[in-house]
Amino acid sequence: MAYPEKYKYTKEHEWIEVAGNIGTVGITDYAQNSLGDIVFVEAPKVGDKVTKGASFGSVESVKAVSELFSPVTGTVTEVNAELHDSPEDLNTEPHTAWIIKVELSDASELDALLSAADYEAFIAEETGH
Amino acid sequence: MATSAPAALRKTALNAVHRRSGAKMVDFGGWDMPVEYSGLIAEHMAVRTGVGLFDVSHMGDIQLRGPESLAAVQQFSMNDASKLQVGQAQYSAMLYPNGTFVDDVIVHKLSDNDYLIVINAGTREKDYQWIRTQAQKFHCHVSDYSDYYTQLAIQGPRAAETLAKLTNVDLSTVKNYWFTYGTVCGLPNTLIARTGYTGEDGFEIYVPSDEATSERVWNEVLEAGKEFGIIPCGLGARNTLRLESAMALYGHEISETINVFEAGLGRYAKLEKGPFTGSEALEKINAEGGPQRKLVGLEMIERGIARDGYPVLDASGVKIGEVTSGSPSPFLKKNIALAYVPVELAQMDGEVAVEIRGNAVKARIVPTPFYRRPKKQA
Repeated sequence: MAYPEKYKYTKEHEWIEVAGNIGTVGITDYAQNSLGDIVFVEAPKVGDKVTKGASFGSVESVKAVSELFSPVTGTVTEVNAELHDSPEDLNTEPHTAWIIKVELSDASELDALLSAADYEAFIAEETGH
Repeated sequence: MATSAPAALRKTALNAVHRRSGAKMVDFGGWDMPVEYSGLIAEHMAVRTGVGLFDVSHMGDIQLRGPESLAAVQQFSMNDASKLQVGQAQYSAMLYPNGTFVDDVIVHKLSDNDYLIVINAGTREKDYQWIRTQAQKFHCHVSDYSDYYTQLAIQGPRAAETLAKLTNVDLSTVKNYWFTYGTVCGLPNTLIARTGYTGEDGFEIYVPSDEATSERVWNEVLEAGKEFGIIPCGLGARNTLRLESAMALYGHEISETINVFEAGLGRYAKLEKGPFTGSEALEKINAEGGPQRKLVGLEMIERGIARDGYPVLDASGVKIGEVTSGSPSPFLKKNIALAYVPVELAQMDGEVAVEIRGNAVKARIVPTPFYRRPKKQA
């Protein structure tokens, strides 16, 4: 699966799409593939603060639990409620099934994130292919 | 600081096949094994509702031969091998003198002076040495045949129909926990055992471990099972299947720090057969009123998945035990776990909590196995 160029990426395998002052956050295809069948998403509540590089929730597959790390600092404005009943959306459409939307408090944080090409190169290095 | 390079992972004869099929591979007790192919849940469900195929060649096969082979088996195996008939298999365990586990094993009686002991992959070398030492004073010969066999597990309600297409053996004559020899995929004298580790009906077959033969049999089984929806299954599904069936896993429910009674496997320890390694300790534990802690089944009441090693808490938040295995149950669609708790707190339907990343999440003590396969209609 190609990594959309309009997104920015973290080394912890989250993506973020920014429109105006709002960032939409999800996990990458690589992340969902490593986890396997996802059965549970633990997300923050609307109004919660998230901090760049800090955990804001977790994703659980049958075999493992994985922390979610925020690509940016800000306030949660929306949580994808559909993931409560169908967490497997993260497996089937990782680059559209988002987890939270965040109102950015410092847009300059985006500069440090990876481009799609950088992220793909990073994955290639991680997996040794 | 100097660090030693990691030892090379061992591979089964089907390693290239797994990799070519796109399986996700993991280091399992020093073996490069497939954890999943198409997806853990799909593989799990195939075994519960149809049939699945596992490569379990990493398991060890130790043979004891000679006039005192039964006596040797009786020394290191807690179950009573004298009750076995030729062609019968028996679940058992090997114990340390203090009553804790060297490993669990399956003892097969091949003939009057010939036994095959199937042991776990991660403990293979330790188990082999243990058996050799235990058998030393008996007139018998101990051989490790592990590398001679590719062992395939065909598991699920449609397993018999699948295997029937590939063998001349009338499988209805092979009862659960019995085995026979027959031609499978054109290979004569293949050992066919009606055993497995999934809680379903199923067979484990032993074929020569050369790559060409192993791959041919693997493919023929997949072809034969096609109409029943067969898929190759990995260690991920193997683990969730055995957990639903509450079967012990070495290093989790059983280990060198857990004794037989704690693990709830006392019914397999035949103290009346006479002394064996560990029997004295078990008698002492019995005399002193039994074990202090007990393995129980947990079902999560609140949302959350208990994982291996998570603390179990009582109502006041005090740690009383630990989860040994925990997972979402793909078939029951509940979050289940096995855990050790003090005997006095192990009442059925009792409420405890599991500490999941800092939160006490409510769970209920429930009977095991979590899943039991439906009885076959006559």
